[in-house]
Amino acid sequence: MPKEHANWSPYDNNGGTCVAIAGADYCVIAADTRMSTGYSILTRDYSKICKLKLESLMEKRIRNWLFAYLGVELASQSFRRIKDKCDFQVYLCRFMVWEYLRADKSFMASSGFQADVKALQKVLSSRHLIYQHQHNKQMSCPAMAQLLSNTLYYKRFFPYYAFNVLGGLDSEGKGCVFTYDAVGSYERVGYSAQGSGATLITPFLDNQLKSPSPLLLPAKDAVTPLSEAEAIDLVKTCFSSATERDIYTVSSYILVFSFSYAFALSRGVNESSRDQKINTRLELD
Amino acid sequence: MPSCLSWLQNRSLVSTAGLYAFGLSSDAINLLSVNQSAKALFQAMDSLLSPEGDSQRTQYPYVTGTSVIGIKYKDGILMAADMGGSYGSTIRYKSVERLKQVGKHSLLGASGEISDFQEILKYLDELILHDNMWDDGNSLGPKEVHNYLTRVMYNRRNKFDPLWNSLVIGGVKNGQKYLGSVSMIGVHFEDDHVATGFGNHLARPILREEWREDLSFEEGVKLLEKCMRNLLYRDRSAVNKLQIAKITEEGLTISQPYSLKTFWNFAAFQNPTVGAEGSW
Repeated sequence: MPKEHANWSPYDNNGGTCVAIAGADYCVIAADTRMSTGYSILTRDYSKICKLKLESLMEKRIRNWLFAYLGVELASQSFRRIKDKCDFQVYLCRFMVWEYLRADKSFMASSGFQADVKALQKVLSSRHLIYQHQHNKQMSCPAMAQLLSNTLYYKRFFPYYAFNVLGGLDSEGKGCVFTYDAVGSYERVGYSAQGSGATLITPFLDNQLKSPSPLLLPAKDAVTPLSEAEAIDLVKTCFSSATERDIYTVSSYILVFSFSYAFALSRGVNESSRDQKINTRLELD
Repeated sequence: MPSCLSWLQNRSLVSTAGLYAFGLSSDAINLLSVNQSAKALFQAMDSLLSPEGDSQRTQYPYVTGTSVIGIKYKDGILMAADMGGSYGSTIRYKSVERLKQVGKHSLLGASGEISDFQEILKYLDELILHDNMWDDGNSLGPKEVHNYLTRVMYNRRNKFDPLWNSLVIGGVKNGQKYLGSVSMIGVHFEDDHVATGFGNHLARPILREEWREDLSFEEGVKLLEKCMRNLLYRDRSAVNKLQIAKITEEGLTISQPYSLKTFWNFAAFQNPTVGAEGSW
């Protein structure tokens, strides 16, 4: 008789869908909050998005100072427009602003095996902390993208079963999205979907966003032409559609993080409005 | 079984120093003669290197406990588990305590391999002991204990030597209620109510319907009993002897074992084939 006992696997797929869209000066990153195993739901309120940033005291000071100096009105406009309007003194402080603004620009959304995802987030956070101590600044999003790839490949032969999208702003303030497989292959794209609903969402985004082929020469910009609000709307549509056909995705709660220079500045003004915007917990019907 | 290691040993290529390198403590080496210790070590190494057949790692559980259910209620956390210990499909033990206190503020419930649970309790005793310092006013809360357990479970799965349990951890510290769960491979989360194993299928739908944030103690116990009764009817490893534990800011109480009133005279139980004509 064949042996009849429980068996185990070191991996599980806890499902979930992640979407990110890059725009000219913003990036939207979103994920659903369901965590499942097999046909069972474990919890309906689990965040798959990880903020890769620790705000230092110095940054807080820069932020406060910026607001005192620039004033709320100017500060809440987009950075490009600030640059046009700013007087010389403001121009001088641009470098500091730059460093500050670039700072909290990495968000990672992951689906796959939750325990591996958590381990990966812990590794990235501690590597980021070391980076901050060594370089006295936050890691840029493209640097974080490379670090994530290396971290994944380091475990090439016992992989993290994690499917990630990394979203943020690059050093020019342009939105950027990096998309990965479990062993670290990655690519910078204009938009991406990962996880159990990716097969449903990706062709929809391809259709809606009509991004230029990466084969074109000279290379065309991959960022989407949408406004930030339009992009957030599109993300909502993606989730409500995927929910219809993917049992591992649910759109009743999704987490959307959206940020741009304008936003990074405006958040110092009003912490509560910041929470509303950065951590929009959308309840779709 | 001949192996490359005994070949190395025969040619004196592995020294006592080498044994230290393999992680054998000095006591262990001194207690045995080098020859004996080498033999023991190589046997151990053999089993690590050979296929899973004679593995020293847990490939399947022996004595297991079934579901644990935990809920938040107005003043803290309530948890319920029955006292059965199953040896396969035999209910071998009937007084296994699966709800235990951890530190000052936490309560741990376990399903799965009982001996692994007892090992985990040993780790936690050690953790609490090493953390303890007279009058420093610090103590580990449920969040810390949960985090520790997630790391232990994940670590063991990384070594392909899992602790075969699903754990539920709850507690109250500084007015904060906490309830979380960890699986044998390290999947973990927090929620207002959690349940392991069959409980996730049979009890959580009830909890999703009936759970409220401001449940009183009596209501909470009633709800848990409803869940446990449901499990008793449908889970063959469940036994009608259970404990309910309560943890609040004031402290922890674990109930004496007791049984639930059951009713087996439902028509569908008495004559299950009525209305299923054509089936056996």
